[in-house]
Amino acid sequence: MSPALIALLPFIGALLPGLLIRSGRTVAATACGTTTFVALLGLLLHIPAILRGEVLIARFEWLPLIQLNANFRIDGLSLLFGILILGIGLLIITYARFYLSRQDSIGKFYTYLMLFQGAMMGIVLSDNILLLLVFWELTSLSSFLLIGYWRHLPAGRQGARMALTVTGMGGLAMIAGMLLLGQIAGSYDISDILNAKDAIQASPYYTPALILILIGAFTKSAQFPFHFWLPHAMAAPTPVSAYLHSATMVKAGLFLMARLWPVLAGTEQWFWIVSTTGLITMLLGASIALFKDDLKALLAFSTVSHLGLITMLLGFGTEEAAIAAVFHIINHATFKAALFMTAGIIDHETHTRSIARLGGLRKLMPVTFVIGTVAALSMAGIPPLNGFLSKEMMLYEASHLAVARQGFMIFATLAALFSVAYSLRFIFHVFLGPQRDDYPHQPHDPGFGMWAGPALLVTLVILIGLFPNTLAGWLVDASAAAVTGGHPHAHISLWHGVNAALIMSLIAIAGGAALLSLHKSFQAAWDSAPRPEAKAIFDWLVLRIVFAARGISDNLTNGSMPRALAAFTLATLFAGSVAWYTGRVGPATRPMLPIEPVPLIGWLMVMVATGCMVFFHRIRVLALVLVGVVGLVTSVFFAYFSAPDLALTQISVEVVTVILLLLALHFLPKRTATETSTIHRGWDAFIATLAGIGMGSLCYAMLRRDFAFDPISGYMLENSYALGGGDNVVNVILVDFRGYDTFGEITVLGIAALAIFALTQTLLQGNSAKRLTNWVHDQRRAGDRHPVMLVIATRVILPISLVVGVYMFLRGHNQPGGGFIAGLAVAIGLLMQYMASGYAWAQERQTIPYHALIGAGVVAAGVTGIGAWFNGLPFLTSDFGYFKLPFLEKFELATAMGFDLGVFLCVVGAVMLALNSLSRIARRAGETVNKNPMDINLRDEPKEGAQ
Amino acid sequence: MEMLVASAIGATTAAGIYLILRLRTFAVVLGMTMLTYAINAFLFTTGRLVVNLPPILQDHAAGGHATYTDPLPQALVLTAIVISFGMTAVVVMMALGSFIEGGDDRINMPDDDYIMPPLKTVDDQKPEDETA
Repeated sequence: MSPALIALLPFIGALLPGLLIRSGRTVAATACGTTTFVALLGLLLHIPAILRGEVLIARFEWLPLIQLNANFRIDGLSLLFGILILGIGLLIITYARFYLSRQDSIGKFYTYLMLFQGAMMGIVLSDNILLLLVFWELTSLSSFLLIGYWRHLPAGRQGARMALTVTGMGGLAMIAGMLLLGQIAGSYDISDILNAKDAIQASPYYTPALILILIGAFTKSAQFPFHFWLPHAMAAPTPVSAYLHSATMVKAGLFLMARLWPVLAGTEQWFWIVSTTGLITMLLGASIALFKDDLKALLAFSTVSHLGLITMLLGFGTEEAAIAAVFHIINHATFKAALFMTAGIIDHETHTRSIARLGGLRKLMPVTFVIGTVAALSMAGIPPLNGFLSKEMMLYEASHLAVARQGFMIFATLAALFSVAYSLRFIFHVFLGPQRDDYPHQPHDPGFGMWAGPALLVTLVILIGLFPNTLAGWLVDASAAAVTGGHPHAHISLWHGVNAALIMSLIAIAGGAALLSLHKSFQAAWDSAPRPEAKAIFDWLVLRIVFAARGISDNLTNGSMPRALAAFTLATLFAGSVAWYTGRVGPATRPMLPIEPVPLIGWLMVMVATGCMVFFHRIRVLALVLVGVVGLVTSVFFAYFSAPDLALTQISVEVVTVILLLLALHFLPKRTATETSTIHRGWDAFIATLAGIGMGSLCYAMLRRDFAFDPISGYMLENSYALGGGDNVVNVILVDFRGYDTFGEITVLGIAALAIFALTQTLLQGNSAKRLTNWVHDQRRAGDRHPVMLVIATRVILPISLVVGVYMFLRGHNQPGGGFIAGLAVAIGLLMQYMASGYAWAQERQTIPYHALIGAGVVAAGVTGIGAWFNGLPFLTSDFGYFKLPFLEKFELATAMGFDLGVFLCVVGAVMLALNSLSRIARRAGETVNKNPMDINLRDEPKEGAQ
Repeated sequence: MEMLVASAIGATTAAGIYLILRLRTFAVVLGMTMLTYAINAFLFTTGRLVVNLPPILQDHAAGGHATYTDPLPQALVLTAIVISFGMTAVVVMMALGSFIEGGDDRINMPDDDYIMPPLKTVDDQKPEDETA
């Protein structure tokens, strides 16, 4: 089975519970179990090839430009982790089916679990570090969902948040580290990176990259000082804890260290950072575990300790240590998963996990007792179980270090001693001792479904302990080969003769037993001793950061829009000034154009209009007129400076905008009261002036300089006719060269119009509708609502404006015009009818709904674009030809015309829908409807006169 | 001429910024319209000022492009003009909607909307939460 498919299968499995959960919990569990099993089978089929030393690689290009490719590999290390993830996953799926109660939505649980499984498989199978990062983040997210699965429990939510914060931050550091690593190696493919050891270790970026990557790995694997999230993640349901903290999530960090071991390990920095962090974590975790009352907390801290052990071994940087590390990964996964499931069984049966309330379960739960005891003894490192073998190897490596040997020997023995003590505590304080009569729930052994998984694991614990070379030797060899890049051969045996490791081991066992016998007094001392509480520190830190963030955002945006906009303006000005003063500006080379009378008049008009605008904006109708002036001068400006298309567009948009604002003003107050102090306005004027000066001088500076680089439009000018078949380059750019932009743009325009329509719909219902019905207009109504002159004139104009529209449209490709302008021209013609003859009268004669017009426009443009595919060309490539019809000149037809038709329809639809919506509001507000084509509403006149 | 264009754009920008800092919706809409003019004109001028050389090809055989103005900013500004109409229309409708619905056309968030609940510690660790 392809490595990619193995990575994909769990994700497919994640979809199944949602589809199948209605058929029952067992069906959903079976579906997930089956996909997991198939993936496992697919992986196991590769064993012979892997044992021959082959590496399987499957490559798919994803984003080759940034070297993010979906490359997958299976080597010994991937195989080891894959077996753990899928194998233990299978057991967890079975176990969870019986563990979770009917109140828990099990479908969701399985979806999260499969998602997590897929992310883990992705990490171990990735052959591209960018792809690996994607899966890495996915594990953070999916583990967040899993840890917080019981979201009604505050502890679950907090634990999930803490885990996400810590591992997410680590992930960010790791992204930076991985990017550095990829830059040094010149490739993001793991296969290439693994061959670049010398280049990487010689690079000045080696140390920063190493530290950043290690932060990511340490946060994930709960190494000191990031260890605190793991015990809080125990608020998750036990199947989650068993999965995340034995075989998967926390092993991801170890996996990464092992994966990059060949290129990162072997240096001073690596040795000191990794092995001391591992040692501290091992010691710290083991000592805390001894005093935890919660069964799962005990296991959590023991996990922290064992992760530290493996980290330390990887930090040693020798081949033998790597073998020991790999072997302990297998052993830890087997006994720890079994122990978590045992803890879950005890919790399930007695309804408590507090060790103080347990004890004497041996007779009541014999099966659980046997499973738990064997697993705990393995954790303690008692022969002949598998935990003993790898612990022996660890002690042996510690006693053969070249540097700091005594230190490592003493602390490793001490950690092993604590480990024995808490493991024995698990057995003695839970199962042994007198039987009690105050269990919260009378315990008995659970059904087969629940103990089958741990029983299987415990069998493995014993068998690997007895026959290590037969059962696990090949896997250890294969994965150690992948870690070290050599051909190591593990010699694992129960008896090595009397050596330092054995003596250390014996000290640990004897000392651990002695420590447990004195546990009561130690516990009292521990409880009374002050010590830093990681969660309190974390909470305090998070709270501080939130306060600081809120302080900043509250001061910038306190619900006052002017304040936010002023802050934005000032920030933009500041950034612009920094850019201006730090950047380089060439000399002013471009000569100035002479000043002509027409532009001078235009300039005067704009200056006067803007000045008046600032002073008279409170008289809103006047302000609207002034806006119109500026708009018209703008369109003249475009016409004057060689942009006929822009001038046409600007003038028609201007008309539509002013009509729109007028219609809105119909309802809004006609004047604005003065609400701000003079100082306030002065400050606003100051900001505005600064912005104006900035914009003006930037514009001037730009106008006086020639292009720094050749403009890309040279290509468009040269090819407009040859490739686009049009002389009007602006139009060809719109419908051809940059057709995609235009396509997006008309879609946005359509969406804007539909949003307006939707807003209107809400305004026409509920409270606002009532307000509208009782609307009192604040101005006297004109008696002559539909002046005869206007009605006649607009009806004469309509056909003319339609013809102009068609003409503009047809000539658009070669002369100023095109879909946008034609659409606006036609829209104005139609709009005039509404204005002159009244909304209802015009609407009755209009049968096509405007939404349909927008839709048709987008579809027409899209279909034209797709048409290019049939020519074997990319989306929106236009084609054109010249045709001759009788009685007509030779004329050109281009597919771009279809696209332009789409633009046209969309513009007409959008403009009309927007204005139409305003008219509907007006009607609700009591606008009368004229019955006849032309009516003169004289009825109001006497009333007005009487007043 | 360059001076005139730059100063007009600057003045329009200043007026636009001043108006968007007002407290009523209509002034803000007008300010945005003014800013639209200024920004569209500014973008257009990135093609530099050229008189009487519209980008309409006259003679296909000649092929030289030195005799035309830069068409690309024009094409970009053309769509920008139309889109800014869409934007203005949406903003106007929102202003109108809030006036009809809320009874006034103030732009600031009302005080009682703004006052946020006091920040609790990282999580509400009260026992009643367990039953939620």
